[in-house]
Amino acid sequence: MKMFTITQKPIINQDVIDKVIHHNAGAVSVFIGTVREMTGEKQTRYLEYEAYVPMAEKQLEKIGDEIHKKWPNAIVAITHRIGTLQISDVAVTIAVSTPHRQDAFEASRYAIERIKEIVPIWKKEHYTDGEEWVGNQQGTKTYPEGHPEGIEK
Amino acid sequence: MVQILLFASLAQQAGTQSVSWKIESPVTVGQVRGYLQDHVGELPGIENALVAVNEEYADQEVEIKNGDTVAFIPPVSGG
Repeated sequence: MKMFTITQKPIINQDVIDKVIHHNAGAVSVFIGTVREMTGEKQTRYLEYEAYVPMAEKQLEKIGDEIHKKWPNAIVAITHRIGTLQISDVAVTIAVSTPHRQDAFEASRYAIERIKEIVPIWKKEHYTDGEEWVGNQQGTKTYPEGHPEGIEK
Repeated sequence: MVQILLFASLAQQAGTQSVSWKIESPVTVGQVRGYLQDHVGELPGIENALVAVNEEYADQEVEIKNGDTVAFIPPVSGG
């Protein structure tokens, strides 16, 4: 079963959840990232996601490895969609099962924060008044160490 | 041959996602960047892009060899 996937197709949340169901799990925490219409005054019409697919799937696997180190009994599945997404479409679904609920909450939070740091996926906002690649593409944020914190080489 | 991959704003500015470069001997990341800038444009922001070699993040000091795939990764924004 492929636990870490980049897909062009709409995400079926239940499919991601089913991957982590386990007889020793007492909790499944699910994080669903959806397309938001309003960001401050800006109104989104739709989003485009692009990924470096093979590397993105490897980086998702790395997040899974990190979670297994921190929460050894966790089972993790992550699916991220790319392509054109409309308002309220599901962009990412993370499911984590653990024996007890606290670990499931913490691990799913950890997964989404790490996705935003290390997984090569990019979002282009198509606003009502223009478009922009999100993620500080103008280079005003620098990485003194040459990479974001915590990237394993 | 070195395969050079561009994404997001960099690909948009370059007008392409992929450039090939025939090299005789290993090159530096700086030389790859220079080759790109000579052939597809200035690509503002590329200095701040991370570098991945063969699908793994790499140091800017890494040596690029024949057959390698080099990707310039602008700040990511998934999720």
